[in-house]
Amino acid sequence: MPGDRLSAAAEPTTAFDKIWNAHLVKTLDDGRDLVFVDRHILQETTSAPAFDGLERSRRRVRHPELTVATQDHIVSTEPGRDERSNPVGRELLDLMRSNSDAHRIRIFGVDDPRQGIVHVIGPELGLALPGCLLACGDSHTSTVGGLGALGIGVGTSEVEHVLATQTLALTRPRNMRVRFEGTVGPGVTAKDLILRAIGQLGIAAGQGCAVEYAGDAIRALPVEARLTLCNMSIELGARLGLVAPDETTIEYVRGREFAPAGRDFEQAAAEWRSLTSDAAARFERDFVVDCAAISPQVTWGTSPQDVAGVDECVPDPAGFGDAKRRDLAAAAIRYMGLEPGMKIEGIPIDVAFIGSCTNSRLADLEAAATIVRGRRVAGHVRALVVPGSTSVRHAAEALGLDRIFRDAGFEWRDAGCSMCVSVNEDVVPSGARCIATTNRNFENRQGPGSRTHLASPAMVAAAAIAGRITDLRKGSGT
Amino acid sequence: MRPGFAGVTGVMAVMPLANVNTDAIIPSAWLRTARADFGKGLFGSQRYGADGRERPEFVLNRAPFRHAKILLADENFGCGSSREAAVWALAQFGIRCVLAPSFADIFYENAFRNGLLVAKIDAASYLALAAAVDRHGQDPIFIVDLPAGTVTGPDGARFPFAVPAARAAALIRGDDEIDMTLHHAGDIEAYHAAAAATHPWLYAGTDTAEIAP
Repeated sequence: MPGDRLSAAAEPTTAFDKIWNAHLVKTLDDGRDLVFVDRHILQETTSAPAFDGLERSRRRVRHPELTVATQDHIVSTEPGRDERSNPVGRELLDLMRSNSDAHRIRIFGVDDPRQGIVHVIGPELGLALPGCLLACGDSHTSTVGGLGALGIGVGTSEVEHVLATQTLALTRPRNMRVRFEGTVGPGVTAKDLILRAIGQLGIAAGQGCAVEYAGDAIRALPVEARLTLCNMSIELGARLGLVAPDETTIEYVRGREFAPAGRDFEQAAAEWRSLTSDAAARFERDFVVDCAAISPQVTWGTSPQDVAGVDECVPDPAGFGDAKRRDLAAAAIRYMGLEPGMKIEGIPIDVAFIGSCTNSRLADLEAAATIVRGRRVAGHVRALVVPGSTSVRHAAEALGLDRIFRDAGFEWRDAGCSMCVSVNEDVVPSGARCIATTNRNFENRQGPGSRTHLASPAMVAAAAIAGRITDLRKGSGT
Repeated sequence: MRPGFAGVTGVMAVMPLANVNTDAIIPSAWLRTARADFGKGLFGSQRYGADGRERPEFVLNRAPFRHAKILLADENFGCGSSREAAVWALAQFGIRCVLAPSFADIFYENAFRNGLLVAKIDAASYLALAAAVDRHGQDPIFIVDLPAGTVTGPDGARFPFAVPAARAAALIRGDDEIDMTLHHAGDIEAYHAAAAATHPWLYAGTDTAEIAP
């Protein structure tokens, strides 16, 4: 009813609801919303059965022009690699290419300078835009929320659904907000902010929700850091996360390959500026995180919520009031080969990994290089840098960062998901301990028996040099 | 169309853990080819030792649970990765229904699209059902009745579960989601045409004329 729509428009509205409403095709009889997908990005490990399904049912790709494919998960990251380098990956890589060609979908394969991790190239190429709705068969699609886009991670059936219909049928997420208040201390990055929020609120806090990150600390973050923050919305249990667009966002998007240009851009920017939450907008769930209390974060367990400051200790499970949490923490500490009460600082590491959709952008590599410059990786440590995209790699090489890392004893590899998901050859050996800039510290995540500590790029770099987890604020790594 | 699903009668196995993630349900080693034996890979890291042999202490390696059709788990089941292979692994193993106090969002959606019933139970029912499996360890046969929204134990005790009514009806009919959506194809194209008229910049630069057929 038009009257209802007008009064609804006058209501204070969240940024999320404004964008969602703009994508609403219709509300279905079962109460779910059918929303239009502006951009669909495919990756090779979750799309092949979707194309099989399309062919079986003789359907076509409805909007190939809004669909883009890349190869990132199972690609080799060996320097100078090609599509054949990882024999195990050939089948899925070939299928991504042949399916894209058959349906006239643009593909940025390993031979293309625009290749990279889906969540890195989306913003980098201007495929993800503020206020757009983007789907991808990967849970970390929430990353593009850093631009003020709605990034919806889906499974393979929904990839097929988007290919066939250019829509998703979803329960409308509820509004949640996390406000970061107070001053961020030295050495504390977006990675530390989101890890702290996950530790404080828990990994299921965002279930069924769209999370808006707000507060002065967030406004001060450059876009790349906002992408890191929104990336881990899924580790908060949320459907998606976003930072409302502002001038920082608009300047980031300007000039990108697939972004609007000229008059189109100015028209778009005017609209993006309106995509903020109204002052009186209601959030069903609203939380505050105190930035002043955050030190560089490191996980000690096997869930992202098992996290503490580097200046803290591995907790005693007995200290958890909740019996379930107590059991999980005890099992996690056992799996990680740690002891309750031991200091996190000083835990020796075997592998240091800088990469993944969480922390593999140019600013991440620059932060790590600042720590590494003129130093050497500890003798017993294998240290790797895997840029998030081929264009990040080229930009870093133009700045000489590859030399800094190589001179220090880091491997400088080609772009891909690599040791975060470990479906290619980049695996942490069983029992080995890896400090990583990734997003999941689950048991066996980086390979069977692997142990993972999540941290920021600078913290991982400092640990690689020291051979143990170290507090970069003390200058031990600098 | 998929075959409709109205319920299942069979062995219930218990995974008495919160936050069971999809990496645990199907480890990445099984994600390297298009058509892996996902049923074999179900809970692979816990089910098999480093030598590839079954670990006898793992629940699904023990009789009668190796023929389980119903899985009982604690809260936030299926968190983590969006990998739909987690659902395929459960289904190919023979699990038709997962009961838990809560599910992670993407796993929940993936399950419905594969005819796997994911039903929410309250915390008290979770404990009572786990205890019932314990008591009837040799013959833990439960009846899941989707239209009634109940699960009944070997001793006749009945517990309600929650599935949104429209989702339950779609499962019972065996609706194909894509078919259902394509009934709205006219609305979708009308939306797209309107959006292209008011937001031409959103679609500028995306045409695929440059891509060779």
